Amino acid sequence: MKDASPAKPYALHLGVIALLFGLSFVLPEYHHGLLARIMVLAVFAMGYNLLFGYVGLLSLGHAMFFSAGLYGAGLAVIHLGWSVPAAFAAGLACGALLALVIGLLALRTSGVAFMIVTMMFAQVFYLVILYFAAWTGGDQGMVVPQPMRVLVLGSTSLDLTNPTVRYMSALALFSIVLLISLAIVRSGYGRVLVAIRENEERTKMLGYDTFSNKLAAVVISGSICAASGAAYALLFGYVGSSFASVQYSILPLLWVLLGGAATTLGPLIGTLFMYYVIDVASGYTSAYLLIVGIALILLVLFFPRGILGSIRQRWLGWLP
Amino acid sequence: MTDKNGFFDLSRSALTRRTALKGLAAGAGLAVAPGFVRYSQAQSSAPIKIGFQSHRTGIGAAYGRWYEKTTAAAVKAINDSGGINGRPVDVIIEDDGTDPGRGAEVVGKFASQHKTDIVYGTLFSHVVIGSAPAAGEAKMPYFVVSEGHHVASTKLNRYIFQPGITDVKSQIQSMAPWIAANAGKKVTQIFPDFAFGYDHRDYLPPALKAQGAEVIAQIAIPPTESSFTKYFPQIPAETEVIYHVMVGPAVLTFVKELGEFYGSNRPQLFGFIDSLEATDINSPGLEFLDGSHFWEGSPRYAQPDDSPAQKAYRAAVGIDDNGAAVGDPKDVSTAAHMFGCWETLYVVKKAMEDAGYKGPEDRAKLVEATEALTEFAEGPEHPQGPKTFNGKIHQCFGIQNISKVEGGRLNVVHKTKIEDGLYEPEGDYTTQTL
Repeated sequence: MKDASPAKPYALHLGVIALLFGLSFVLPEYHHGLLARIMVLAVFAMGYNLLFGYVGLLSLGHAMFFSAGLYGAGLAVIHLGWSVPAAFAAGLACGALLALVIGLLALRTSGVAFMIVTMMFAQVFYLVILYFAAWTGGDQGMVVPQPMRVLVLGSTSLDLTNPTVRYMSALALFSIVLLISLAIVRSGYGRVLVAIRENEERTKMLGYDTFSNKLAAVVISGSICAASGAAYALLFGYVGSSFASVQYSILPLLWVLLGGAATTLGPLIGTLFMYYVIDVASGYTSAYLLIVGIALILLVLFFPRGILGSIRQRWLGWLP
Repeated sequence: MTDKNGFFDLSRSALTRRTALKGLAAGAGLAVAPGFVRYSQAQSSAPIKIGFQSHRTGIGAAYGRWYEKTTAAAVKAINDSGGINGRPVDVIIEDDGTDPGRGAEVVGKFASQHKTDIVYGTLFSHVVIGSAPAAGEAKMPYFVVSEGHHVASTKLNRYIFQPGITDVKSQIQSMAPWIAANAGKKVTQIFPDFAFGYDHRDYLPPALKAQGAEVIAQIAIPPTESSFTKYFPQIPAETEVIYHVMVGPAVLTFVKELGEFYGSNRPQLFGFIDSLEATDINSPGLEFLDGSHFWEGSPRYAQPDDSPAQKAYRAAVGIDDNGAAVGDPKDVSTAAHMFGCWETLYVVKKAMEDAGYKGPEDRAKLVEATEALTEFAEGPEHPQGPKTFNGKIHQCFGIQNISKVEGGRLNVVHKTKIEDGLYEPEGDYTTQTL
């Protein structure tokens, strides 16, 4: 990664945020709603990217962190009647705590073993959700009641079911996480993470505690994914075990690979691309997953580093 | 006010015969232009657009395919007889992948991109529950054909209806009198360890108790299980009836292993046909089911006492006497459930006509008109049988069939009464604002 003055990357990221803000006023209703959902899930992908792209740890269990946020927030509202901010904080805390515990255990392994261990933990988490069906709604899931999805800020009440409020809430979360990601990537800590990815032994020899740094990355990654899950529950009103299934551990990997691993904006591009390919292709054929598969193969062949990764490699070396 | 110097000073213009004729010709030309015709009729004969949220892919694909066939047949019948309020019905299908996340997106797509009048047709409970918030927020009437108790539980919202198929709580309750009187008093339940199984776990014991029978053991089998032999020793020896509701691809193994465990000396078996929807009852391994009984919403096999309406419905959908596709005996239908699509569409037609429905601005009227419905008489629109409808919980209640497996087919041996399946409402959607 080439070094660059901070102005360009920050200007680009702020420009993307401004573009997303502007799109809120011009997008047709359906795409407006879809983009809100994509931004929330892009946060999930950004959390995944931090660990996979920058540390080089390929997890197959990140659905559990997303679900920890989803259920942490959703169940706090449904069973405890908590307010939106408190429920969001609960979801975030659940994800962070789970990531800490899983990180402590899973980071004893690496490579393929890390993939398997994370996948197994995620499967355990999924089955726990099914087991406690009386509380979680099991495989059917639960609806977060519409009247509870109101964000009260002083004397102002924001109804999260309102499309504009929902879009802006999703954009706020996306923007915060994007800027945090950028700050992390450009910080000394971010460079240590990349160093671990490139050569962990050498990083150790340079005096860095790689285990602690990786553990911190797992916790930050898990927390970001949990924030996405908590936002999903509160903005879209449904918590369900399908979000904890292995499919939702694979999806962020695909989004990140598509957009470009170890690029800050890649997760957004990948999520956006995948969503629209499915949305458009499913209108023509029930074999839309075949089209998604072909698109993925073509991307791997012609853009092996993902969309933004390839652009960075060929044209814009300063992209973070 | 007049403006003598202005554009509208007609006194200055000379209306000649030639210009008058030109104007008339132009007007006539406009009036007969195709675009004008379309515009002038848009208010009265533009199609009613129904968004069909279909399980084309994913675990529900077998159901989705037959739901589509039934829907196409019902829409053809409705359109052939004049449509709804004189307008043709147009069905727009979107695949939800049997996934609740995608389901919610599909509802949003119907509401804001296709701009359908209603959304309809969802079967799997988790997709219904996942999509319900999106329907409620878009104020989009959402008619499901799911049989889940989620609608009647009043935990969804006022826009969600299930008027075409009885919910599972009612189905289970209505089975209890027959089981207690004919199969046995000591029942062991075997069910999958997830929500579908829990409905049976929770609703059967009180229903049997009310009939003087009891559940003596409940065996939950994890959904990941592929062999069941180790669970069978848990079945108490005094069991008179095994009540089983296993679903999914493992059901064939389940039946085969249960047969090997008991041999020829087995307790009575009672199950829900959900286990074997779209599966040939004569498949290898299912011989052990001979003589056992099943719940069926609507009978798979043609029965000697089928009503003319039932016969007409089967012919319209294209299923033969064995419940398979006409011309393809291996393509077994989901007959026990798919009638709900046919009947739901006729309920939508009735409610739209009662509401004088003209377009999306009348959706609230449509909700209220649906809630005002109370009963559906058996006939061409409701071939499965008569039903009552509770507008407070948005749920219909109909008769159920108990069929015996004999001679390689399912013969109906008992039809329940509607009253057998009624229960106290758990809430009231009509108190929610529209």
